[in-house]
Amino acid sequence: MAAPVIPYSRSIKRKETSMKLSSKARDAIAGYLFIMPNMIGFLLFLAFPVVASLFISAAEWNLITEPIFVGINNFIALFQDSYFWQCLRNTAYFSLFSVLLGIVTSLFLAVLLNNPRVGFSGFLKSAIFLPVIFSTVSVALIWQWILDTHIGMLNHLLGYIRLGPFPWLTDPHWSMPSVIIVGVWRQIGYNMVIFLAALQGVPQDLYEAADIDGARPLHKFWNVTWPMISPSTFFVLVTSIINSFQVFDITTVLTNGGPANSTNTIIMMVYQYAFQNFKMGYASAAAYMLFAIILVITAFQNIVSKRWVHT
Amino acid sequence: MKSTSNMNRLGLPAGILTYGILWSTAFIMLAPLFWSVMTALKPNAEVFQAPYLINPDTLSLRSFADVFRQAPFFLYFLNTLKITLACTLGVAATSALAGYAFARLQFPGRDILFMIYLTTMMIPRQVTLVPMFMLMKQFGLIDNHLSLILPGIFSAFGTFLLRQFFLTVPADYDEAAKIDGCGVFRRFTLIMLPFAKATLATLVLLTFMAVWNDFLYPMVFLNSETERTLTMGLAIFRGDADVQWNILMAAVVISNIPILIAFLATQRFVINGVSMSGGIKG
Repeated sequence: MAAPVIPYSRSIKRKETSMKLSSKARDAIAGYLFIMPNMIGFLLFLAFPVVASLFISAAEWNLITEPIFVGINNFIALFQDSYFWQCLRNTAYFSLFSVLLGIVTSLFLAVLLNNPRVGFSGFLKSAIFLPVIFSTVSVALIWQWILDTHIGMLNHLLGYIRLGPFPWLTDPHWSMPSVIIVGVWRQIGYNMVIFLAALQGVPQDLYEAADIDGARPLHKFWNVTWPMISPSTFFVLVTSIINSFQVFDITTVLTNGGPANSTNTIIMMVYQYAFQNFKMGYASAAAYMLFAIILVITAFQNIVSKRWVHT
Repeated sequence: MKSTSNMNRLGLPAGILTYGILWSTAFIMLAPLFWSVMTALKPNAEVFQAPYLINPDTLSLRSFADVFRQAPFFLYFLNTLKITLACTLGVAATSALAGYAFARLQFPGRDILFMIYLTTMMIPRQVTLVPMFMLMKQFGLIDNHLSLILPGIFSAFGTFLLRQFFLTVPADYDEAAKIDGCGVFRRFTLIMLPFAKATLATLVLLTFMAVWNDFLYPMVFLNSETERTLTMGLAIFRGDADVQWNILMAAVVISNIPILIAFLATQRFVINGVSMSGGIKG
């Protein structure tokens, strides 16, 4: 146990520099090692497919014969395909109304629930959140049962006040609104929780200052609450639009795209072309169109957001 | 008692309106769920009978037994559980590692890489559907749960969540351990990970829910009956001719009980997690 006797100051100095250098290098190596699993997944399952998708969209490929290069023909054909336009219209219809309704109602509920004087707020919050946790498939099945024209609970209840029966899922004009209502029903709780968190983050002294200025509730909302929660509103808006453009589960299970294709969506079209008709190139082109649309909308929102999102 | 006193404090008209709206929304949210359970408990003869109310004498669990008789739902359950657990644990591990590295370790290209990660969170997963299918076909993983697990164990969102968390842990802890000669892996596992418990729980729950409820990818990657997940099994069960509503609703209830239990046990983390996800700005 006899330690070598080294002059005190020199030993410390040397030890420090050597440790500093090696620990820096070690940190860098560790850094790469730590992100490696994630990086592999990222490259293999996201970066590569996104690029590959572009190449596939330039090919005619049924997975059996060799792919044939067709350039932008798939995109040209897509523009001339009335089925694509119908799916796009349906998707936009769903997106517009489900996003608007989903945001307005959830923000309204969050404002009501945020009042500290409301009792049972914990229960109410959980109850309104509950549909979020269930799979869209089971939600769609439950609603299919409730919205059945002849034997569904809703038409039965409406019958008591001499209304209906309404063809919720069986008439092309009714089907999309029904799908939207179910989508909103499932989404509200999620948005509401985000809005609640945002509302709780608004500094109380801003409200007190507004009180001193004699602001009325609606003024307080527009001049204090709305700007203060705008980053969260922006988040909800952007993610809701992205998600709503990818709608697949609800429409597949609730209506299977019908009646008369009134609820077929872009992702359903991609699915049908790719995995039922095996037109891989054409399906990829449709998926890329969706990607482009989402990208444009998101970019547009980012620009417009500078006007209304408070930072 | 509590509610009336609260109502008074809210002011009567505003109070009635607030409570009216909130409670009717809660009712609209819960009634369909309640109704699906009630349908599942009815014998088939009464399902179509007006006035649709419940006859307590005939309530039975028969439809639940019928579900298992008509389709291998227990197998679907095990498949889903396996995929979900694998993805959830995988995401937690890869996200914690990468999140720590992005927050606390210095290495060239770190910030650019992180920016790229953030941007990819915007890419809709469905864009990659066709190439992913081909990739899995190349790997020979079609109709194999690995086709869902392998892409499922990495998450840009999870990485982001953990990075943001690790940034809030005072650097002193890390530094102190470093001076004590603690290697980077031990610093990560012994010092930092215990701090991240709540954030990890949040990520685990959000991932659990997303994977458990996934529908599109199982539909594309799996096909044989023995490999099916719950959502897929449910949708196909629905498509089968002659499935009765009470049995179908029983299947819905069965497939959602695990997620309901998970939610009730961990509500705080789930709701917290959703609010945290809303904190991502730009």
